[in-house]
Amino acid sequence: MKTQLRLMFRAGLIGGLIALHLTLVGMVEALNKREIIEDIITLGQLLLMGVGLGTAVYALGKLPRERRTQREGWWVALGAVSVVALILGLLALAIKPLNLRFMFQNASPALVRILTFDTPGVLGLVKLWAFLLFSGALALVYLYIPQPWDRTLSYAVGITLLMGILRALVAPLLPDIISDFLFTPSGLTQIGAVILVVLWVLFLHYWPDFKARLETWQKEAQTPQGAPIRRRLNIAFLVAILVLLLLPAILRDKGSYLFEVLDMVGIYIIMGLGLNIVVGFAGLLDLGYVAFFAIGAYTMAVLTTPELPFVRQYIPPMNFWEALPIALLLSLVSGILLGVPVLKTRGDYLAIITLGFGEIIRLLVISDLLKPILGGAQGITGVARPTFGSFVVNESWEYFYIILVTIGIGIFISTRLRDSRLGRAWKAIREDEDVAVAMGIDHVSAKLTAFATGALLAGMAGALFSSRLYSIAPHSFNVLISINVLCLLIVGGMGSLPGVVVGALALVGLPELLREFAEFRLLVYGAALVIMMLYKPEGLWPEKARVSRVAREVFGDRLKTLKVE
Amino acid sequence: MKRRRLFVTVLLFVLASIVLAACQKKPQYTCTDPKGCVEIKPGEPIRVGAALVFSGGAASYGIDSKRGIEIAIDDLGGELLGHPIELVAEDSQCNPEGGQAAAQKLAADKTIVGVIGTTCSSAAKNAAPILSEAGIVMISPSNTAPYLTDPATRSPFYFRTAHNDKVQGKVAAEFAYNELGVRKAATIHDGSVYAEQLANVFAEVFKQLGGEVVAQEAVNVGDTDMRPVLTTIAAKGPEIIYFPIFNPEGPLIAAQSKEVEGLQDVKLMGADGLFSKEFIEVAGEAAVGVYLSSPDFSAFNPERYDAFLKKHEEKYGEKPISAFHAHAYDAMMILAEAIKKAAVVLEDGTIYIPRTALRDAVAETKDFQGITGNLTCDENGDCADPHIAVYQITSATEWDTTDPEKSPVKIWPK
Amino acid sequence: MWERLRYRLRYVSGTDVALWIVAALLLVMITVGSYNSLTSGRYTGKQWFDFIISGLAQGSIYALIALGYTMVYGILFMINFAHGEVFMSGPFTAYFLAEVLEQRGLFETNPWLALGLVMLLSMAVSTVVAVSLERIAYRPLRGAPRLVPLITAIGASFFLQYTFRGLYTPGFKAYPEVQPLKGTWTLFGLEIQRMLIAVFVSSLLLLLLLYAFVQFTKVGRAIRAVAEDQQAAALMGVDVDRTISITFAVGGAAAGAAGVFYALMFRQVNFFMGFFPGLKAFTAAVLGGIGNLPGAMLGGLFLGVFESLGPSLFLEGLGVPAAYQLKDAIAFTMLVLFLIFRPTGILGERLAKRA
Repeated sequence: MKTQLRLMFRAGLIGGLIALHLTLVGMVEALNKREIIEDIITLGQLLLMGVGLGTAVYALGKLPRERRTQREGWWVALGAVSVVALILGLLALAIKPLNLRFMFQNASPALVRILTFDTPGVLGLVKLWAFLLFSGALALVYLYIPQPWDRTLSYAVGITLLMGILRALVAPLLPDIISDFLFTPSGLTQIGAVILVVLWVLFLHYWPDFKARLETWQKEAQTPQGAPIRRRLNIAFLVAILVLLLLPAILRDKGSYLFEVLDMVGIYIIMGLGLNIVVGFAGLLDLGYVAFFAIGAYTMAVLTTPELPFVRQYIPPMNFWEALPIALLLSLVSGILLGVPVLKTRGDYLAIITLGFGEIIRLLVISDLLKPILGGAQGITGVARPTFGSFVVNESWEYFYIILVTIGIGIFISTRLRDSRLGRAWKAIREDEDVAVAMGIDHVSAKLTAFATGALLAGMAGALFSSRLYSIAPHSFNVLISINVLCLLIVGGMGSLPGVVVGALALVGLPELLREFAEFRLLVYGAALVIMMLYKPEGLWPEKARVSRVAREVFGDRLKTLKVE
Repeated sequence: MKRRRLFVTVLLFVLASIVLAACQKKPQYTCTDPKGCVEIKPGEPIRVGAALVFSGGAASYGIDSKRGIEIAIDDLGGELLGHPIELVAEDSQCNPEGGQAAAQKLAADKTIVGVIGTTCSSAAKNAAPILSEAGIVMISPSNTAPYLTDPATRSPFYFRTAHNDKVQGKVAAEFAYNELGVRKAATIHDGSVYAEQLANVFAEVFKQLGGEVVAQEAVNVGDTDMRPVLTTIAAKGPEIIYFPIFNPEGPLIAAQSKEVEGLQDVKLMGADGLFSKEFIEVAGEAAVGVYLSSPDFSAFNPERYDAFLKKHEEKYGEKPISAFHAHAYDAMMILAEAIKKAAVVLEDGTIYIPRTALRDAVAETKDFQGITGNLTCDENGDCADPHIAVYQITSATEWDTTDPEKSPVKIWPK
Repeated sequence: MWERLRYRLRYVSGTDVALWIVAALLLVMITVGSYNSLTSGRYTGKQWFDFIISGLAQGSIYALIALGYTMVYGILFMINFAHGEVFMSGPFTAYFLAEVLEQRGLFETNPWLALGLVMLLSMAVSTVVAVSLERIAYRPLRGAPRLVPLITAIGASFFLQYTFRGLYTPGFKAYPEVQPLKGTWTLFGLEIQRMLIAVFVSSLLLLLLLYAFVQFTKVGRAIRAVAEDQQAAALMGVDVDRTISITFAVGGAAAGAAGVFYALMFRQVNFFMGFFPGLKAFTAAVLGGIGNLPGAMLGGLFLGVFESLGPSLFLEGLGVPAAYQLKDAIAFTMLVLFLIFRPTGILGERLAKRA
């Protein structure tokens, strides 16, 4: 009994603290303006519901499986949720008499109204309690749903709500009739929510069948008799790729925002691929990667803009294709130049030095000293766009193709280098530099090549970035970009190429889509990074340790017990 | 097989209901506007975008403006022509890519009527063409770069209630040269588009008038120790220092200038980015005597701004946190006026807002009684009250713009 | 003779030569710039002195933050990126106490008591933030690859910044003025701001206190033991987890105190105030020799003076416009040079063998 009580309070306190945090930083109030399902639930309420549900799940998770559905489970889960309700209720009561607003600016009367569901007096608190009890009970209900359906149903509800939240992405892609029917300007219609849940349940329910059939096809295709199936599969595969490639052109009118996001993600993928070579392959922690990005972007801008009279005296404005090789060359050279002095430093010192370089570049760009050449605080407008004959690349979906090709090149370079002699030298240096040098690896040239290749890719990303934006400003090139690229590498999985893509989608794409929650974007970003590192430090798509055939023969089963970092 | 039949049945049912729902729509109004119309059915909200900066070091400007807009919406009673007003806030950050992404996102939403934003001129450079292309009116509360309303580079749907740097910088230089009679000036900017432009315009005009600019210095946003830069300036012997920057670097310059030898008697002058009570809170007694240029408050009824401040404190539990809340309030009010003028109201309460007509309605704004003055939009999209006054701070504790006798005191034009 | 030189030159690589050339160029620039500035007579001796004084005051704040960095680095080998936010959390919270005390008039009647209370609260809050940070975010990651805690720290830094922004305000809050610290004192015939002296002296005191704590108390010995070798310390009966917590607490308290000094000197606090001083303080810690307490102090002062003196001394002499804008560039260039030519910092790093 005592342990259950303790568990109940523990879960309740954690949930209560999280709920307090969310309400006092203003998230609940700000998100309450957005109705996810028309007239039923707002995003703010959904957030509180999530806390209630989470608390109950946490409490139940600490109980042995068989006791969860007994009376004990009910008591602990609902008790924990009641503690959350108590804490929030106390907050609602305390705001006015204690004048909490003096300190916490979000402890406003509006917040009290939200917490008590617009009902004054005790009834409001009861409503709050009931609401949280309901959300906690959802966790218990889940336990009673028979096996395959519990998952299917909860996933379907989750995906539907996500579609409501990411309405800005989904709705414009659908034909107007359907999106008007399913979506309101801020979320889902009631009927739309029901329909979507039903559709997703059906989809998820039949998905395993479908997948199994695909797999049997694949298996059949590998048998000698499978030639016709193989051919059909190949055709299907080709068609799928063709459709994917044509998708931007098909969706161009509806998806201008989607491609805006994808372009940004793509540019970060290019940078990620570059930094992956430096950090992931060669193990050189670089916190000033933005410097090369800035050099690429500014070279492109300075060489092609009609502005900057000082520069134009000497060089006439170039077009995109003339400036691109120069931008790439300059970033490559600067990669080597910045690489030389840091050759002798290691680890965290290297991180700090490169951080310093990044800052120096940014300060020089913004300075009055270089204003005649780099435009100073005002930045540069009129960067050239790529042209193919008389066709000018202009729209974001058109840029997407160029970025896609660049990513392809980046992946090609990365894989070729990784599997080359140089790649193995990098790996050796990463694991133990002293040993590597002792084994006769030329660490100077290996490190410099890593820096140079990384800088080249960043320069390419920068050139595309400035051309796509048409104008650039020095404030874009701050240390947060370096940090973001590094984080996406680690979130994706260090050293892993698909990880770069996944990381960029997660850390650039998602925040971009959630632009409207702007005030809380970095809050959530920070929390997500911490949670990610605590529970999945190897990344979302970790690099599989590639074990050579020889090693497998020598070590056999013992390999599994060897730790690969 | 049975399962598949169920699936097909449900799918058919869904499609049928969608088609049915679609058929209920009956067009009652044909839109002839070249950029299309926004249709708002009864009970649906009028959606206004707010593309401002909400993250990073400049976030306080954006949040300040957003609060101004929200108070304006409250003052409108939360509704317009019987439809609730809904504010859709997007973070446009303080750079071109942020402006572009926020504008694309808003432009993709066909229900957005107009946009208040952006905060930074660098973001507006990219946002304005995109929104103009989509036919969405954009009114910025704080862009000041001349580029944006230059006839050669201006986007047709772009307007602003903030002062063009060219206007304000010129007034400041003329005031310093003619009224204060100083001949040697120094300028300080903070690397922002606003401050750098203003400092440059000031220096140019001051030189044209016959004065000498002895030092053009700069600090970084986030700097706190201004003594070194002030010592550098002191060595050049200016009679006035013009620092058109923001809080908190501005008041720090004012406060620390009193501690630097040779600057005790030099005149200090800032611009509207510093015109708020926060300036005297951080600068303390050093604020007394500082000149600040600002919209002319005596040109209109100052009690309205006072009422605004009261509402602000009630709603957000604190005083305005930066300098552009009033401009944002006026921007929202101008947009609301224009919507009223341009909207076509049908019998059942449905309204249609033709986009170009809305733009024209904003452009025709004339003698609008805002809280930043009498606003008239010129043909290039500059809507700010052209009357700029210079105020002097006379008290370290008091800040009252309603009483002409109290600090800050308007001293020019007389 | 010739033989010996050739023998030596065999160990000189191309990179060394390149580095020497870069260093020589920079040295020439610095010398020419300084010579021009000093001989131009633009500044009086008093003005040069003022540069140094304000640099020392700014530097003492860097130093106080750097102490926390250096202690944590010495014991865990991790850059606690969120230390700048620990520095921010204290004074930002204590502002509300200061505001209440000012309204009650305590800053008028008994300024030292008021200041003490504010300082206490600020240190307490920073300590709590630092310790919970360690408990929640860093402790489970001990022994993980080095990048993992770094990313966690970056995440925690964002989280804390925006939490405090959401809780209190996205704007600035102005600290009350402390009367006895206004005005100037005359020392050796020179007028110096009282505030600057107060900050400088208190940070020196705090440093001494910390140094004594680490060197002469039992807990301090435990800290040093854990920094030297965690496993051996654990075997000798030192509670490693507790010791690390204490290290974070001490570093947090120092940051909280630094925060109040910062708030008094510059009269304003906001959620972003820890970011750049945090970066600078880490630079200072590296400059002084990481893991080394007096080194952190020296590094901080050195960086502060360099930032304040550098633009006028080096850059203006070379005719750079708006030189002060580039003061951070000077600071970072310094750092780079230092790490290349003397990577162990001014006083030498004190780090244990890596486990």
